[in-house]
Amino acid sequence: MKFERKDILGIKDLSVDEINLILETAESFLEISTRKIKKVPTLRGKTVINLFYEASTRTRTSFEIAGKRLSADTINISSSTSSVIKGETLIDTARTLEAMNPDVIVIRHSAAGAPHLLASLVKQSIINAGDGAHEHPTQALLDMMTIKERKGKISGLKVAIIGDIEHSRVARSNIYGLSKMGAHVVVAGPATMMPRNIEQMGVKAFPRVEDAIAGADVVMMLRIQLERQKQNIFPSLREYSQHYCLNRNNIKLAKNDVMVMHPGPINRGVEISPDIADDPSVSVILDQVNKGVAVRMALLYLLTGGSE
Amino acid sequence: MRLLLTGARIIDPAQNIDSRMDIFLEDGKIAKIGENLSKATKSKDSEKITKIVDLTGMILVPGLIDMHTHLREPGFEYKETIASGAAAAAAGGFTSIACMPNTEPINDSRSITEFIRRKATETSLVNVYPIGAVSRNSAGSQLTEFWDLQEAGIVALSDDGKPVMNAALMRRAMEYAFSLQLPVISHCEDINLSANGSMNEGYYSTILGLNGIPGIAEEAMIARDILIAEFTGTSVHIAHVSTAGSVRLIRDAKKRGIKVTAETAPHYFTLTDEALQSYDTNLKVNPPLRSEQDVAAIKEGLADGTIDVIACDHAPHGRTDKEVEFEYAANGISGLETSLALSLNLINSKILTWPELIAKMSTNPARILHLPKGTLETGADADITVIDPLLKWTVDVQAFRSRGKNSPFNGRQIQGKAILTIVGGEIKYDGR
Repeated sequence: MKFERKDILGIKDLSVDEINLILETAESFLEISTRKIKKVPTLRGKTVINLFYEASTRTRTSFEIAGKRLSADTINISSSTSSVIKGETLIDTARTLEAMNPDVIVIRHSAAGAPHLLASLVKQSIINAGDGAHEHPTQALLDMMTIKERKGKISGLKVAIIGDIEHSRVARSNIYGLSKMGAHVVVAGPATMMPRNIEQMGVKAFPRVEDAIAGADVVMMLRIQLERQKQNIFPSLREYSQHYCLNRNNIKLAKNDVMVMHPGPINRGVEISPDIADDPSVSVILDQVNKGVAVRMALLYLLTGGSE
Repeated sequence: MRLLLTGARIIDPAQNIDSRMDIFLEDGKIAKIGENLSKATKSKDSEKITKIVDLTGMILVPGLIDMHTHLREPGFEYKETIASGAAAAAAGGFTSIACMPNTEPINDSRSITEFIRRKATETSLVNVYPIGAVSRNSAGSQLTEFWDLQEAGIVALSDDGKPVMNAALMRRAMEYAFSLQLPVISHCEDINLSANGSMNEGYYSTILGLNGIPGIAEEAMIARDILIAEFTGTSVHIAHVSTAGSVRLIRDAKKRGIKVTAETAPHYFTLTDEALQSYDTNLKVNPPLRSEQDVAAIKEGLADGTIDVIACDHAPHGRTDKEVEFEYAANGISGLETSLALSLNLINSKILTWPELIAKMSTNPARILHLPKGTLETGADADITVIDPLLKWTVDVQAFRSRGKNSPFNGRQIQGKAILTIVGGEIKYDGR
């Protein structure tokens, strides 16, 4: 199969075949990161720009390492959203970058749809590294890869996603991806964190974490954004952690061989108890990070014509 | 100037006229309306030359009135000026427009009102009626001088763009304005419920990851204003109705005899929030495009008379306001030049009859704003719109007279267009 896309803007647009191709390509790249010399010449002479309008350590580093291990020249541009509003528009930045002829632009932005705007303006390939509460496709792909490796399949698994679904791009991309791959996805969180008509996305929503975890093969915890407390979507961290934290007690409701995921960075003791997060028999959090590099290598490779 | 318009189907809801007739205009007034006027007008006073225009196959109606426009001047001339807005109105078939006060400075004083009227007179295209602010600087705390503003020429009051959040202030405004026969136009939005939202809250805001504006943000305020109107015995006009719940509240209030009138805009019966999947900022309006069920309810409300008026909420913007990320983009659609064709669609889809549509675009806004317009009665101002109902055309924003090229309808094939706009007996737009 040839990969025909110019951009990776979201999982919603991807077919099952495309997801499988990306995951298979990523699997073939996993080994490179274990070599003594972790570099192949595949993307030599290609330029990748990481355009980050939102603070990010892991995603930006992961993209940078992915590019470098494939011998692409990677450039990081960090800008705060506040300077965007006052200063140069995204459109002007896009045209400026386009004039320098990069091959791929990776963008993270707090405004949903910003990667789509960029993709409509420039001829280069755009990878969405997270846009507002919309999508985070590379996170969902690395999550699917992690699940597939650990469980041998995705189809037929029950996956529970817990936390602030409304503000989570990770949740949306995973709902699309996992559902397409045949998993049964349920979500849980207080009603104030549940977006309207979420069930139209094909998931079942629960107000209590226990109902979602029951019988789950995979439990994915989402980071709670502390500043959201101001919007009154939860009264206090204390109360949230008492009722929505994954701990030794409620995890017993899941399947015995449950795996626990988290996109990071984790709030220890808020949405996940430290002993779960650090238990390698259930937690795959660091494994997710490892897969992230491979998935991003695969996308850079496929978008620059690697499948031709 | 004498103008004889012959052969058109003349529709005047104010006089219950709907038939093929001629109409004769003289000295800026409607002199005569009837059959075969060509002989009658020739025989006497042969010194004056009468221009005869054959309008066979056309529809002739009292000049259309858009009671909700934003002309941006003073302050935002790069978006629109009174001259460019008036030209857009004429090209869209409107002989009169009312303009909202959210300029810079806000139209909350006699001097700004007089400035707008002077500019409109200089432009000499269509009638421009300023709307004054309810509160000083539209800040929602202190009433403006309604009496003074009325003497300067405002025809209504509104803090449009900003809701009057303080219910006590709204009550006082409605009471004080009622005694002056000044309509209060309410932009209904509870800003705590709509906070940070940039589209309708529903399935599409969920999948697009954009903050939603719930229908109840509009409905709660409509309910409040209806209660104030009922309690004080005053009246209120609800701007840009967009939800099924709003239609229901207004319908029930009217049944109970409360003096409430309402308008909607063409985009609220033409588009749904599903279209926003493109993140096209030209689809960003406030109130936001709603769901399919809401669109169906708006059409029902138009059909059963709950919604009295179609007004396009003409909101022109510059490119810099729209060519940004969706959540940073300005709200609004440049609507004057597409409003008529989009509304004519309601006739083609059998939701409204011709007289019903013309009532909503001329007779009713004239009645609500107490304008001596909206009729073809003998002696009335010769404000006339002639429509070619079959003309198919493609919307091209670059051809807009408006400076605002922000239209989600760009490229759309539509049918029906004003081909003559006559104001005070003079042809101000000729699209033949």
